[in-house]
Amino acid sequence: MRKYLLRSTALGYLLIILIGPLAMMIWRTLGDLDGAWAAITSHNTLLAFKLTLYVTAIAVPINTVFGVVCGLVIVRSTLPGRGILNAFVDLPLALSPVVVGLSLVVLYGANGWFGFFDDHGIRILYAVPAIVLATVFVSLPFVAREVVPTLREIGDDQEQAARTLGASGWQTFWRITLPSIRWAVVYGVVLTAARCIGEFGAVLVVSGNVEGKTQTATLRVDDAYQFAYGNYAPAYGIALVLAAMAVLVLVAMTLVKPREEAT
Amino acid sequence: MSIVARNIAKRFGDFTALDDVSLEVEGGSLTALLGPSGSGKSTLLRIIAGLETPDSGEIEISGQDATALEPQKRNVGFVFQHYAAFKHMTVRDNVAFGLAVRRRPRAEIRERVGELLRLVQLEAFADRYPAQLSGGQRQRMALARALAPDPQVLLLDEPFGALDARVRAELRDWLRRLHEEVHVTTIFVTHDQAEAMDVASQIAVMNHARVEQVGSPTELYDSPATEFVMSFVGDANRVGNAWVRPHELEIVHLPTDGAVEALIERITTYGFDARIELTPGEGEPLTIQLTRERLEQLEVEQGQIVWVRAAAERTFATEGGCPATAAGRRATSCGGVTAR
Repeated sequence: MRKYLLRSTALGYLLIILIGPLAMMIWRTLGDLDGAWAAITSHNTLLAFKLTLYVTAIAVPINTVFGVVCGLVIVRSTLPGRGILNAFVDLPLALSPVVVGLSLVVLYGANGWFGFFDDHGIRILYAVPAIVLATVFVSLPFVAREVVPTLREIGDDQEQAARTLGASGWQTFWRITLPSIRWAVVYGVVLTAARCIGEFGAVLVVSGNVEGKTQTATLRVDDAYQFAYGNYAPAYGIALVLAAMAVLVLVAMTLVKPREEAT
Repeated sequence: MSIVARNIAKRFGDFTALDDVSLEVEGGSLTALLGPSGSGKSTLLRIIAGLETPDSGEIEISGQDATALEPQKRNVGFVFQHYAAFKHMTVRDNVAFGLAVRRRPRAEIRERVGELLRLVQLEAFADRYPAQLSGGQRQRMALARALAPDPQVLLLDEPFGALDARVRAELRDWLRRLHEEVHVTTIFVTHDQAEAMDVASQIAVMNHARVEQVGSPTELYDSPATEFVMSFVGDANRVGNAWVRPHELEIVHLPTDGAVEALIERITTYGFDARIELTPGEGEPLTIQLTRERLEQLEVEQGQIVWVRAAAERTFATEGGCPATAAGRRATSCGGVTAR
């Protein structure tokens, strides 16, 4: 009896906190399907999704390489700074995205240390580079966080065996280490991508939010909502597409997970 | 393909793993590094393989200085206690690894891998993954993998430690036969004296970061150089300051010169052998080993009081060097036997 009580409480909580709002949004979108569809397929919305995917496509590979290297340094190396590195990797998780955005504005602004980019006509702030920088910052820890425990768990026996069998450090990495942590990397990539697509706060501060130019999908949703004037269907419609992307990511994650457990 | 370790020292923080250790291993021999855990035997093996760097000292493989050589350039085969199987590769790919990283031609790899899988009797399992093999099969795969690139030296770190007793005995046998066939210089680490005696032609006994004695199994058993070797290699009884092997103790029914009175606690028989455990009036419990035939002649039983006499005994100096001469006993040589 207690088991069922616990289960129904958990389910009820999920229903109210997670499913409820999403269901309501779907319901409202269905109320004005034509309006929502028009907003989704409008030129500037498509450009916003394109920008989001573009930024994600840059940020994910960067953070994947960084995450794997970082994990190797933290777990396998004996470098003196690895403890500090381990602590710093988590910083983006603790820091509010708004703070990240503001610090980038200060750094690349006219009086910032990196203000010279702008002096030489290279636009960073209120342009795509700043959006990429902000997104890379906030999505930085996910691959490293997945890779570190997996590297610890598999140990270095296999790597040592590879070395005694004549493999160089590079061969050992490609043939032994990377295949051993591949599911952790995939899992980390999925989480990173989800974070990139969903990032709002940091991007809002650094992007300038110019329609069709520096507006990402999340900013587009916010705009559609702020300037709805009673017509909320566009905002709901675009938000629903973002939610659908998140669900796709979730499905990808559950497809990865059982295989990870099997090995 | 000889191996020489010269004055090797290695510390891990405050712990001294190896303290000025030297060892010579002849080409083509089968040597055991025997010692309790923490004696430094695995560290020495890993230093020979290049998996650890010594703080000081030199390693020579086949007459060439290998101290600064990376492990992949030493041409050694290494077998780990927990197999270190490449989990994401099939048995075939595991065995082929050493050849694949050397970019050997495909046909050659296929032929060599087939040959090795036959040698370790895993042909039928070539397309399986390590997770689908038993412990003994995994270790045979690891051996084939280590042998594939034709190493100068084969190093095994407690290779049978994780296996159950029967598989262990089988693999032991098998390793000895393999060595007779392949003749690669082999060093294996073990804490099991029976395993070392059974397999190796030469044993180096290690204790507390040092090599205590190097010799053939018979030499170690018959003339141990130190008290530790006496007690670690083969069974030993302590009678006062002296050490006596269980088969060197005799039971007499009447008190005689030099015999101690003792109570028979237990009599056990294992096939042809028998063992009598006794508690003497003073000192540590004793174990006597004898044949079943002799036991029957003695006509003793549990609970009986008998006298025990040593046919031969050894004394050792506490601090290396020659044995201390105890009253009434003559020491013939270092760790030598004193016959009565």
